[in-house]
Amino acid sequence: MIAPALQAAALAAAPHPLSGTAADWVWALPLFPLAGFLVNAALAVVAVARPGPADPSADRHSAPDATAAGEDVAGHGPGAGDADAPPPARHRFASVVSLVGPLAVGLAFALACAIFAAMARVHPTTPFVQTYFHWIPAGDLQVNAAFQLDQLSLTLVLVITGVGALIHLFSVAYMGDDPGYARYFAYLNLFVFFMLVLVLGASYPVMFVGWEGVGLCSYLLIGFWYADRANADAGKKAFIVNRIGDFGFLIAMFLLFVQLGTLDYTGVLAAAPGGLEAGGPVVTVICLFLLLGCAGKSAQIPLYVWLPDAMAGPTPVSALIHAATMVTAGVYLVVRSGLLFAMAPAASLTVAVMGAVTALFAATIGLKQWDIKKVLAYSTISQLGFMFMAVGAGAYVAGIFHLVTHAFFKALLFLGAGSVIHAMHAAYHATHSHEDAQDMRNMGGLRARMPVTWILMWIATLAIAGVPLFAGFFSKDEILGTIFDRAGGSILRDAHWLGIPGGVVLYAIYGMGLVAAFLTAVYMTRLMLYTFHGQNRTGEAARPHLHEAPWLMTGPLLVLGALSAVGGFLNTPAFLPIGPAETLARWLDPVVGPATALIAAGAPGDADPRRGLLLSLIAAAVAATGIVVAVVRLGRSAPVRAGAAPETGIESVLAHRYYVDEAYDRGIVRPLLAFSNRVLWQGVDGLIDGLVTLGARVWVWFGGIGSALQTGRVGTYAWALVVGALVVLAITIR
Amino acid sequence: MREMLLAMGYDRWVLPALLLIPLAAAAIILLLPGDAERRWHSARAVALAAFTVEFLVSVGLWWSFDPATPGWQAAVHMPWIPSWGISFSVGIDGISLVLILLTTLTMPLTVLGSWTSVRTRAPAFYTLMLILTTGMLGVFMALDLFLFYIMWELMLVPMYFIIGIWGGERRIYASVKFFIYTMLGSLLMLVAILYVGFHVGNPAAPPGFGYDDLLTRLSVTPVAARWLFGAFFLAFAIKVPMFPFHTWLPDAHVEAPTAGSVVLAGIMLKMGTFGFLRFALPLFPQAALDPTIRAIVLTLAVVGILYGALVALVQPDFKKLVAYSSVSHLGFVMLGIFALTLQSVQGAILVMINHGISTGALFLLVGMLYERRHSRLIAAYGGIARVVPLFAALLTIVSLSSIGLPGTNGFVGEFLVLLGSFRTEPWFAFAATIGLILAAAYLLWAIQRILFERLDKPENAGLRDLNWRELGLLAPLIACIIWLGVYPAPVLRRTEPAAARFVHLVEHGYESAHPAPPRTPIIQPPKARGR
Repeated sequence: MIAPALQAAALAAAPHPLSGTAADWVWALPLFPLAGFLVNAALAVVAVARPGPADPSADRHSAPDATAAGEDVAGHGPGAGDADAPPPARHRFASVVSLVGPLAVGLAFALACAIFAAMARVHPTTPFVQTYFHWIPAGDLQVNAAFQLDQLSLTLVLVITGVGALIHLFSVAYMGDDPGYARYFAYLNLFVFFMLVLVLGASYPVMFVGWEGVGLCSYLLIGFWYADRANADAGKKAFIVNRIGDFGFLIAMFLLFVQLGTLDYTGVLAAAPGGLEAGGPVVTVICLFLLLGCAGKSAQIPLYVWLPDAMAGPTPVSALIHAATMVTAGVYLVVRSGLLFAMAPAASLTVAVMGAVTALFAATIGLKQWDIKKVLAYSTISQLGFMFMAVGAGAYVAGIFHLVTHAFFKALLFLGAGSVIHAMHAAYHATHSHEDAQDMRNMGGLRARMPVTWILMWIATLAIAGVPLFAGFFSKDEILGTIFDRAGGSILRDAHWLGIPGGVVLYAIYGMGLVAAFLTAVYMTRLMLYTFHGQNRTGEAARPHLHEAPWLMTGPLLVLGALSAVGGFLNTPAFLPIGPAETLARWLDPVVGPATALIAAGAPGDADPRRGLLLSLIAAAVAATGIVVAVVRLGRSAPVRAGAAPETGIESVLAHRYYVDEAYDRGIVRPLLAFSNRVLWQGVDGLIDGLVTLGARVWVWFGGIGSALQTGRVGTYAWALVVGALVVLAITIR
Repeated sequence: MREMLLAMGYDRWVLPALLLIPLAAAAIILLLPGDAERRWHSARAVALAAFTVEFLVSVGLWWSFDPATPGWQAAVHMPWIPSWGISFSVGIDGISLVLILLTTLTMPLTVLGSWTSVRTRAPAFYTLMLILTTGMLGVFMALDLFLFYIMWELMLVPMYFIIGIWGGERRIYASVKFFIYTMLGSLLMLVAILYVGFHVGNPAAPPGFGYDDLLTRLSVTPVAARWLFGAFFLAFAIKVPMFPFHTWLPDAHVEAPTAGSVVLAGIMLKMGTFGFLRFALPLFPQAALDPTIRAIVLTLAVVGILYGALVALVQPDFKKLVAYSSVSHLGFVMLGIFALTLQSVQGAILVMINHGISTGALFLLVGMLYERRHSRLIAAYGGIARVVPLFAALLTIVSLSSIGLPGTNGFVGEFLVLLGSFRTEPWFAFAATIGLILAAAYLLWAIQRILFERLDKPENAGLRDLNWRELGLLAPLIACIIWLGVYPAPVLRRTEPAAARFVHLVEHGYESAHPAPPRTPIIQPPKARGR
C-alpha cells in the first residue's frame, strides 16, 4: 500500500511528460465507440420497437403481423444461407448507421494517432495514469476507474482502432442488406469500447471489465443470426468456456490482493519484488491462474473449443474479434504481467508449452477442414499458440510483434474469405441453390472471377506462411530465434518443468514451432489452391453470378494487404541490413524491458550474428518446403467433391478434430446435467421435501388426537378430569 | 439538501411516517365504495399513490443520512410497554438505509406489475401489500427486539394470503409449506427473544428488549448463547433460504402472483441475511465464531451457491429457475457475512441490493410473459426475440446483471464478497467462485431457449411487445443495474461504517469472551515478505 501511495505522490509532484499533450485526451478514446454504440442501439430499438397499447387487457384486436413487428433475424446476411427468408430490405436507418458506426472507430483511431505522435516525441519511461473516480472503494481495497497509457497499451490501441476501422468499413458493404444492420453496428461499436477498456485499464479489475465485456460482445455477435440454433449454441458456448477462464483470472486477482494489497499495475509492479518470493509457489500459482484466464480468452488448449464454433458469426466479426483483437487479449495479459511471469519460470515454461502444443495441435486439424472459415479458425488458434510460445519464453517483444502482424494478415485472410463467401452466397442466392457457400469443395478457380481478392489473399498467405520479407516472416522468425536463444541461456533454461530441464523443454518447443510453421504453410496453400485455383466447382448455373466484391470491401483489403506485405519492417532483426533494426523492441522497452532482462539473465553475451541468419534461413526453408509440398500433393490428386467418400484413419480423426468436442460433451456436460437433475433436484430436494411433509403429517396426527378429544360431551370431559386428577395424585403423592 | 431536510425536522418524523403511510392507505382502500370493477380501479390507484408517496418520503433518507455520524440516525424512541422494557424504537444505519430504499423503490413497481393481472378481490390484495410493506420496513428499522418480532410476523401473514389467494394452481400447497417453514423458525426465535429479554443485566431487574442495551449488557452462558444462536439461525436460515431449508422457496416463488414473487425474492429473502447482520452475529459473537459452527455455516453457504446453480440448470419452469438461482445468490451473501472482512460484508450488502433489483426485474419480466401466454415453461417459448425485441433486450440485460457481468451491479457485489472471503476463508471462496461459471450456464441457456433459436410455435408469433407501462416500471431497475455497476461508490460509502461496525462487534465480542489467543486483525496489512 505504501509503495503506490509514494509513487502517486511522486507523480503528483512532477507532472508526467505526457501531460499537456494529446495524451490528456486518452479518456475520449473509448468514448467514441461508446457513443457510436448508444446511437446505433437507439436506432436499432426505434426501428423495431412498437410498444403495445397501454393496457394489454384492453387490446382485443388481432395479433400484429409477427414478421412486420419484429426485426427479421431469420438470418439473411451472407453466410447464414437461408433461402426461404423474405427478400432483403435495407435497414430504415442504414445511411445513419453506415456513417456513425465506422466514424466512431475512425475518430478513435485518429485520436490514437495523435497520442502516438506525442508519445513518440516524448518517449516516456513511466506509464501515464489518469484517474477518474473511485469505482470500488472498500476499506483497504481501492479500485479506481483509471486508464494507463504506455507504449504497450498504445500499440494495442492503434491495432484495435486501426484494423477495427477498416473492418467497420468492410462491414458497411458486407452487412448492408441485413435487417439487423443497426444492431450489428451497435454490437461492433460496443466491442471496440470494451476492447479499449481492456487494454487501457490501469488495474486488473478494470481490465476485467473489458475482458468480460468483449466476451459479451463476442457472445452477442456469434449468435447474431440467432434464429439458427447452432449459432445461438456457439455464442453460449463461447461465453461459458470464457467464464471458466475468467474464474482463473478472478482467483489470480484475489491471490494478488491478499499477497500485495493492491491490484493496479503500478502498485503490483512496485510491490511484487518485495512481496512475492521469486520462483516460489505463490507467484507460480498466481501466474498459472492468470494463464487459465488466457487459455479461455485466447482459445488455447484445453479451452480452445469455442473458437471454431465462433465462426457462426458474421465474417467481419471473425476478422475483428476472433482473429485480430479479442483473442489476443491473453497475450496482452501475459505481457502486462510480464514481471510476475518472469518471477515464476515454471509458470512461464507452462505458457510456452501450452502455446507450442496448441500451435501444433490446431495446425494438424487445419489440414483437414473443408469450411474455409474453419481452416482460418484453427489457423488462428495455432498462431495464438505461437504468440504464447513467445511470451512464455520471455520474448515479450516478439509476442507483441506477432500479435500486430497477425492482426494484419489474419484480418486480411478473414475479410478475403468474407469477400469469397459474399460472392458465393450471392451466386447461390441468385440461383436458389442450397449448396454450402463456405465449403471449399464448392469453390475452385475463383482467381479469374475475383482477381483482387485472389492477389491479396496470396499476400496474406505468404505472410502467415513466413515467406521472407512478408510480415509474418519477421515476427515468426523472431519468436523461434528467441526461443532458441533462451534455450541456450536464461533463467528458464535453469528452471525445471515437471522435472524436465528448461533447456530441453525450450529446444523441444523450438522443434514443435518449426513443425507447426511447416504445417501452416501446407494448410494455407491448400486453402488457396482449393479456393482460387484449378477447375471451378460452384456449379454451371451459379458460376456466372460470381463476381468481385464492391470497392468498399476491397478497399480495406488493399490497406491490409499493404500492411501484411511490409508490416514486418516494424521490427527487423539486427543482423539483417535493411532499414532501422528493432524499432518495436526499442519502442516497447520501457514496458517490457525489466521483465525481459530478468528472464534473459545468464544469457551468453553477444550472440553470433551468423547464428541468427542461419535460424532465419531454416525458417524460410521450412515455409518454402510447406508450400511446395502442398502444391505437389494437391496438384496431383483430383479436387474432392462435396459429399465424397469420408476419410478414414488419421484423416478422419483430424476431420473430426480429435473428437474433443464429443469428449467434453459426454465426459462433462451431460453427466453434470444428469447429476443435477436426478441426484440433486429429484433426489436431494425430494428427500428434504419428504422429510418436511412427514414432519407435518406427524403434527397433523397429533392434532387429530387433540380434536378427537374435543367431543363436546360433558360426561366424557368429567371422566377425563377425574382420571387425570387421579393420575396426577398418583404421581405426586409418594 | 441535508440541511434543508433537517430544517424540516425530517429526521424526527420520517421513520414513523414510513410505517404509517401504508397503514393509512390500507384503511382507505377498505373503505372504498362502488362495485367490484370500480373498487379494483380505485384500489390500485390508491396503492400506487401511497407507494409513490412512500418512495418520495423515503428517498430523502439518502441525503439526510450522514455516513460520518456514528450511531443510529433518524432514530425515534417512544415508551410502549415500560414494565416489560419494551419500547417503540426505530432508527437506521447504512444497511437499513439501502434496504429501506430498495423496499420503497420496489413496491410501486409491484403495483404497476399487478396493474392488470390482479382483478379478483383487488382491494384485499392491495391492502395486504400495504400492510406487508409496513412489516418489512419495520423489520429493517426496529431497534427493539420485541418490535422487531411484531414486524416480522406482520410481514409473514399477508404473504401467506397473497400466495394462498392470488397464486397459481398449487397455491394452497405452496402457502401452507411457506407458512409451516417460516412459523417453525419464527416461533423458536420468539422463545429466544423472550429468553434474551429476561437475561439482560441484573437478573432481578425488569426485562429489556432494546437492541443497544442488549448489545452491551446481555449476559448469557456460552451454552445458552449457542442455543439462542441456533434458534435465531434457524429462523433466519429458513428465510434466506440456506440449503437445506430452501425447499419452500421454489414452490412459493412459482405459485405466488408476480407481485408476490417480486416481494418475496426482492425484499423478503433479505430479512434472513439482515437478521444475521443485525441480530444473530452481533448478539452471540462467541457462538458465531465457534470454529465448528463457522465451518458448518460456511459449508452450507457454499453448498447453497453450487447446489442452487446446478439445480437451476435443469429447471423446465423459468420461475423455478430464478428461485433456485436465488438460493445460489443468497449463498454469496451468507459467505460474505460469515467471512467477516470489511470487503466481504460490504459485498454481502451489495449482493442483497443487487439480488433485489435483478431478481425483482426477472420476476417482473416473467410475469409479463406469463400474462400474455399463461405459461412459465421455458419449452413453451423459443425465438421470441424476433417478435418482442424490447422484451428480449431487457431480459438479456437483466440476465447479464444476474450473471455478474462487470459494468452491471451484479459484478461489484460478488467480486467484493469473493475477494473479501478469500482473505479469511480462501478455500470456501475458491469453491464459491465456481458458482459464477454455473450462473452463466443456467441463465444463458434459459434465455437462449426462450428468446433465440427458431420461432417454431405459432401461438408465440402474435406476442405483443412491452407496452409503455411495462417499460416504465422496468426502467428504474435497469437504471439501477447500470448505476450500481459503474458507480457503486455512493452506496459503499454509506454502508461502510455499518459494515465496519458489524465486523468490529463480532470480533470484539469474541475477543472479550476469549482473551487469548488473539485473532489476526480483520484488515491485514500487506505482508512484506523479504525472503
